[in-house]
Amino acid sequence: MAVVEVSGLCKRYGDVAAVDGVGLTIEAGEVFALLGPNGAGKTTTVEVLEGHRSADEGEVSVLGYDPGTGGREFRERIGIVLQEASVERELSVREALTIYGGMYPSRLPAAEVIAMVGLEDKADARIKTLSGGQQRRLELGLGLVGDPDLVFLDEPTTGFDPSARRQAWTVLENLTSLGKTILLTTHYMEEARRLADRIAIIDHGRIVADGTPETLGGRDGGAVIRFSLPEGSRVEDLPLLGGRVNGPMVEVETVSPTKALHELTAWALSKGVELDNLEVDRPSLEDVYLELTRED
Amino acid sequence: MRTEVPTRPSVGRLLWEQFRYQNKIFWRTPIAAFFTMVFPLMLLVLFTAIFGNDVIEGLGVTTAQFFTPGLAVFAAVSASYTSQAIGTAMARDNGILKRVRGTPIPPWLYISGRVASAVYLAFIAIVLMMAVGILFYGVQLYGRTLPAALLTFLVGVGCFSALGLLVAAISPNGDAAPAITNATLLPVAFISDIFFPVDDPPRWMELAGDFFPLKHFAGSFRDAFDPTLSGAQFHWAELGYLALWGLVAALLAIRLFKWEPSTGSGSRRRRRRGGGGLAND
Repeated sequence: MAVVEVSGLCKRYGDVAAVDGVGLTIEAGEVFALLGPNGAGKTTTVEVLEGHRSADEGEVSVLGYDPGTGGREFRERIGIVLQEASVERELSVREALTIYGGMYPSRLPAAEVIAMVGLEDKADARIKTLSGGQQRRLELGLGLVGDPDLVFLDEPTTGFDPSARRQAWTVLENLTSLGKTILLTTHYMEEARRLADRIAIIDHGRIVADGTPETLGGRDGGAVIRFSLPEGSRVEDLPLLGGRVNGPMVEVETVSPTKALHELTAWALSKGVELDNLEVDRPSLEDVYLELTRED
Repeated sequence: MRTEVPTRPSVGRLLWEQFRYQNKIFWRTPIAAFFTMVFPLMLLVLFTAIFGNDVIEGLGVTTAQFFTPGLAVFAAVSASYTSQAIGTAMARDNGILKRVRGTPIPPWLYISGRVASAVYLAFIAIVLMMAVGILFYGVQLYGRTLPAALLTFLVGVGCFSALGLLVAAISPNGDAAPAITNATLLPVAFISDIFFPVDDPPRWMELAGDFFPLKHFAGSFRDAFDPTLSGAQFHWAELGYLALWGLVAALLAIRLFKWEPSTGSGSRRRRRRGGGGLAND
């Protein structure tokens, strides 16, 4: 069953189209990452799905509700982890989880959530005394305390230094193992690759690619075969079309690397030459991301 | 994993929890607690020390008998108007209101919790002030006027809570709220006989004082402690005027209220279109 179904979503601020025809489907239990550079429309999209903003155009269904009119019943089933720790700083961790948990029909005990996000040592500390990383973990706990069916994680590690980010990922990996449906936005490729089952790349308000971390990397099954041109051979002698000489290397882009490789090695064997530095490369998620979100 | 059957928390329970935690937050914010509970007491100590506690000529009551009810009202207004406006605007700046908006608690219930807490704290402030007046400065209490004093307190604090929420609604950020509350409350307090009885004021000052709600609140409350008056001291016209101010302020606040902070990238533009208003559920 699809938990989130969006089609043709548009949202303009004045003349600027922040979201320009986004469509996406998230299945139950899936960890879905919306990956894109700053200003790509990630947060606007998520805020429409959360019910914080109304869409100008398009169909939006979240857990079967229209988020704009779903009201209390809808909000009882979602958990929102905000970008910044935003909770009454005078309260303790346990108090905050108790009061916010108390708003939901099915809530997790504060102690259980505290253990889940690893704040046992700080359970009774005032929130204002927590470190930045601890506040993020509390924030995560606040998103989970209502035992939601769908969790929104908006840029959970933005502004972290690399080691804090790695720690946060460990916590988030625990969360993804709970089997909840999660919509994550991020502009860190590594984060999307590590946490998500499926990734949609968003740029200028549009989804430009969608797939698993693996299929997104090797999109269309494309690959590049590289090797040094054997001495005494010319590019024209090669059996394949599309070969391109790049310095001393020949590069062959192909959508069927097995067949191309077979023909190439058969040719080399028949000629009795060695294909030095032979390699087959599939574009990584990083290559795809940089290519798709390149500033023209 | 779930400890309880999934039943929705009742309105009473949600309200009680919000009320309780808002009170906790107040007492854990020393500056708010100081200005609401201690500062007005300091004024009483100062005024009686400066003017002496003799019967004021022309008024027929002692300094303390005159000032204590007025300063009690000032303290109650500080809790319901100043603290409420600053606390709410800060909560919005810190993203707390946005968080609340993403939870199942109905927005009106959350705001009610804040108001209930403000009324309760105003009550403590007023009782504290009167208690100090009675114990240390010989202030007299009259049983016949207590119902009127209580009703005046409720109507006045209700009115100023609505005004506090209105200030929170129109403050662009948390820093603006203290500026707006202080710039409005202090001058109005001076022309509302809170700090001293103005003898034969200029006409414009009298009119301005009559226009704003504070003089009506303080005057009605003070008359309940005036030994030269008799009767139950219900000032219906003043109470009606306070209620009118409160109603207009509440309607404007509901219309203008924002749940999202105005800082941050693009939010200023977003705010214009983003959902506003308490009724916008």
